[in-house]
Amino acid sequence: MTSTRPPLLAIRDLAKRYGDDVRSVEAIRGVDFDIREDEFVSIVGPSGCGKTTLLKCMAGLLEPTSGTVQFRGRVVHSTPAELAVVFQDYSRSLFPWMSVHDNVLLPLRKRRDLAGKALLVQRALDAVGLSAFSAHFPWQLSGGMQQRVAIARALAYQPKVLLMDEPFASVDAQTRSELEDLVLSLRAEFGITVVLVTHDIDESVYMGDRVVVLSKPPTTVQESLIVDLPRERDQIRTKELPEFARLRGQVYRAIKHGERTLLSAASTSPEEQRPERALQSPERTPW
Amino acid sequence: MRTPTRPGQEPTAIASAAGRPQRMTAVGTTNRGRAGAAAPGQITTRPVRRDPLGSPLAPVVLGSLGCVLALTIWELASQLGAVPSADVPPPSTVLPTLAEELAGERFWVSIGHTLTQWAAGFGLSIVVAVPVGLLLGSNEATWRAFRPLVEFFRTVPGNALIPLAILLWGLSLQSVVFLTVFGCGWSLIVQTMYGVHDVEQEARNTAAAFRLSRLERVRWVILPSALPYIVTGLRIASSTALIIAVSAEILIGVPGIGQDIALTRTGGQVDRMYALILASGVVGIVIDVVFSRFERHFLRWHESQRRWAEK
Amino acid sequence: MRFARRYSDLILEIAATAALLAGAWVYLAGDRGYAWVSVPEMLGAFKDAWLFDRFSSDVVPSLSRLALGFGVAVLLGIAVGVALGMSRVIRMLALPVVSFLRAVPAVALLPLSIVLFGIDSAQKVAVIAFVCSWPIVLNTADGVASLDSTMLMTARSYRLSRLELIRYVIAPGIVPRVFTGMRVSISLAVLLLVTSEMVAATSGIGFFVWQAQLTFSIADMWAGIILLGLLGYTLNGAFLLLEKRFCRWNTEMKGNRS
Repeated sequence: MTSTRPPLLAIRDLAKRYGDDVRSVEAIRGVDFDIREDEFVSIVGPSGCGKTTLLKCMAGLLEPTSGTVQFRGRVVHSTPAELAVVFQDYSRSLFPWMSVHDNVLLPLRKRRDLAGKALLVQRALDAVGLSAFSAHFPWQLSGGMQQRVAIARALAYQPKVLLMDEPFASVDAQTRSELEDLVLSLRAEFGITVVLVTHDIDESVYMGDRVVVLSKPPTTVQESLIVDLPRERDQIRTKELPEFARLRGQVYRAIKHGERTLLSAASTSPEEQRPERALQSPERTPW
Repeated sequence: MRTPTRPGQEPTAIASAAGRPQRMTAVGTTNRGRAGAAAPGQITTRPVRRDPLGSPLAPVVLGSLGCVLALTIWELASQLGAVPSADVPPPSTVLPTLAEELAGERFWVSIGHTLTQWAAGFGLSIVVAVPVGLLLGSNEATWRAFRPLVEFFRTVPGNALIPLAILLWGLSLQSVVFLTVFGCGWSLIVQTMYGVHDVEQEARNTAAAFRLSRLERVRWVILPSALPYIVTGLRIASSTALIIAVSAEILIGVPGIGQDIALTRTGGQVDRMYALILASGVVGIVIDVVFSRFERHFLRWHESQRRWAEK
Repeated sequence: MRFARRYSDLILEIAATAALLAGAWVYLAGDRGYAWVSVPEMLGAFKDAWLFDRFSSDVVPSLSRLALGFGVAVLLGIAVGVALGMSRVIRMLALPVVSFLRAVPAVALLPLSIVLFGIDSAQKVAVIAFVCSWPIVLNTADGVASLDSTMLMTARSYRLSRLELIRYVIAPGIVPRVFTGMRVSISLAVLLLVTSEMVAATSGIGFFVWQAQLTFSIADMWAGIILLGLLGYTLNGAFLLLEKRFCRWNTEMKGNRS
């Protein structure tokens, strides 16, 4: 599975510090990893570890203090045109004065092709199963449905990369499973590269081809695991596999145990070109 | 027919300019939490460096700068003839005139008259309106029966009755008091009614759950929850009362700062007119600040009450 | 059961109002002093004056002054408010000055406005425009400044242009706050109109009422007062309806949340 193409999204030595010199908070200290085309990467870590900050830097919504984010080799200063973001708080990211249809249409405003746009919106709403609700307003829908609208909006935008910031954190468990499978099916159908930030360990393993585990602030990459599960995921069957349990245990331990993480050669794939900073200097993970 | 002014609405100053933590604006300005260090998750769109706008001094410094700028523009406009300096004297003549006024006795006597009239009218409005509002809002029948009436009278401009007041009481304190009570009282009644009525459903449940007597219910549930509405109403009414007091001074001729301003026109003392207008602005600000602080105090407490009640 | 309840609500509302009117009628039928006339006389004077004898000579000037002054206040207020809302620096610069200008009791500016603009319509329009823009400025600025940051971030992530941002996000987002400001301003505008027409004018409803009192035409005075009351009420109601129409998403959304 070694790809010779350059990574789609490259995060190089990313650091983010808030505040002035006297009272500053180092949210991210040095994060390196790549996202390759068609990968599904889950980013997981303890609460407060700057996952959202990292995602915003990746999306070009936040300027890092040092280091770069490169999209197709070019440094990112604002959101690249082929990248879409789905935020955690759907109720604040959908516009309440527009219908579902208009919300999904809005990012496409600039495009000229009217018929094409209408088709994209329709397809996107069909894909998430909300075509019956296109005239409704977001606040008339349930939480899960609203998040589906946000996903449809991202979908209609036809991005190459989809960044999702804890998208299912605010919905109930049952809806969450449905949405997880929805995202997986959309990814398969439309061939989108996905980066999913989550605090849910099960979700990170279930969804991803690779799990990047972050440390507590000042955040670095704690570990990077390949998820060696069958491509077809199923909520019940996949989660019953012994490999699933092993992986989630590994992720859990990585989050919990800091330096004492079981970093055997087997868990880091030969494809990982860049050495993890965390391994080199243990003092960077203070706990 | 209308929704009441919810506690905290209709700010009299731009609350978000200073002091309160802000959120990002579309233009990408930086913002900070109160402590100065932004919490993880806040956004900046420039590389972070020391943010001068975040320090607590910023509003004071920039605010003073704004005042200086405004005065400078005024001075230049007047001196350079952009506006006729006979009609718009520059601050360099107005401010000394103001200082003279402040040093004299006549000014303070006038202010005293205005404030006495304001206080008398406003005070009586509160004394009349709040109990009436409590009564009318407390049971469903009176609420439904009287709300349309009260809403109607609230929208009648208070000054429309000035001719009536002149006929009835002429040049006297009673005129001003009557006008103020009519001008402010209705909105205070409305605010109180809504404050009490909005609480009723919760009160009934809570009272039933705790088996409170009627008096206990009023004291511990209704009154505390209605208070923010009432206090908001007080803030709004305080400035209306001032306007009515000054209107009465101009139109009826009761003594006060309004009458002084009116007289400076006939007397041709333009400098003094501007000075007195500035002074009246200060009076307005003082009243506003006092009642806004009052309101905010009750609001903060109310929010925590509400959240607790909603749990 | 429900029908009976709404029916009884209506009965209560009508009954209380009717009782008050009847009470006033009966009370004023007797001789209550020189400041009062009987209700039929008031209504008669109302009809004579406003339908349609003095309609064009007084009502039209009043309403046009109001409309013009308020219109200017809204346009100016929104423009300045948006500018203040978008820039924190400008907000902090302007805050003391704007707060001060807003705190000056509006009528205290009337003598000054007469000096500057005379006693014709221009003066009234100017005063109304000046005074009524401040509540709109403050509410609009607050509305812009407190636009949800996640919403703005979403717009940024989808690379909306400045124009698209204003048209699809900022403008609709601040409408509720603008309406709040307009509601405050309209009652202030009516108050100012009436007072300025009483202080110095040659036409207008306020002028009519003032003159009626001076010449002891009490019935006319009451006719004018009643009209002013109706004017205030209608305008307030109109704005409420407009607000309901344009801010439906806001009220219904908030309603959903509770």
